[in-house]
Amino acid sequence: MKIVTIKELLSATVLCNEDCLGKHVYSASCSDMMSDVLAYQKEQAVLVTHLVNAQVVRTAEMMDMVCVVFANGKKPTPEMIELANDNEMVLMSTDLSAYESCGILFGNGLKGGHKE
Amino acid sequence: MSDGVKFHYDVDGEDFTSAGRASVMVKKTLRELGLSPEIIRKVSVAMYEGEINMVIHAGGGCADVEITENKVIIVLSDHGPGIADVSLAMQEGYSTASDQVRSLGFGAGMGLPNMKRYTDDMVIESEVGKGTTITMTVNINA
Ligand SMILES: Nc1ncnc2c1ncn2[C@@H]1O[C@H](COP(=O)(O)OP(=O)(O)OP(=O)(O)O)[C@@H](O)[C@H]1O
Ligand SMILES: [Mg+2]
Repeated sequence: MKIVTIKELLSATVLCNEDCLGKHVYSASCSDMMSDVLAYQKEQAVLVTHLVNAQVVRTAEMMDMVCVVFANGKKPTPEMIELANDNEMVLMSTDLSAYESCGILFGNGLKGGHKE
Repeated sequence: MSDGVKFHYDVDGEDFTSAGRASVMVKKTLRELGLSPEIIRKVSVAMYEGEINMVIHAGGGCADVEITENKVIIVLSDHGPGIADVSLAMQEGYSTASDQVRSLGFGAGMGLPNMKRYTDDMVIESEVGKGTTITMTVNINA
């Protein structure tokens, strides 16, 4: 699934790296606990979360994730956007809950990952 | 064997926001050295978990990373409270993190198990009241 499709499916607002919307994602994670995210090996993944702090972007960076979706209308801070810009990582915000967001993405064919 | 490339980082225990910076720098360096994405991810996730632990549980510490021809060795040491029962701490889900730390996204009790899972060898030396040293090795030649 292309990142632009995620944006459309979730009616999300893209907050940085618009030029990377053509990148593909192959799996997704959803958690507000970063070590849970780090436990699952994924390729080109998207993270759906409610958590807003710099460690969300660093966690995604460590896992080579290409996109983070902030649910419930949460917005990343300018500092997080700066960190994401260094890594060509797309940050977007949706008014949908994480539950609804994941349901929609899963229903459209985006699957989970596996534990290392 | 000849000595590898060595890096030393101080990890600030007061600043949660900057936690993980050393791991980011190591990740960049490993990329520049041309290591495979899989090895880079293993090293950076394991080191990141350890770095966060030093900040949230031990008031900071330092990280030494050595990259040789066939392995990456990460040594994390702190002068924090130490770990009384290492095998208990290694269990998935065990955490002493405060509600405040949990609200920041840590305290699932998955960090140490992740570090073990992503590395080929991990040794924890810890003394209550003195501190903790964790040595992790990731082999390069798979
Ligand atoms: N450097 C350290 N100094 C003192 N205690 C530590 C240290 N690292 C880990 N611990 C102890 O071991 C427990 C388990 O650590 P672990 O990293 O697995 O989980 P966590 O940090 O609590 O949560 P998570 O890593 O999932 O965010 C911690 O809650 C803490 O009690
Ligand atoms: Mg931890």
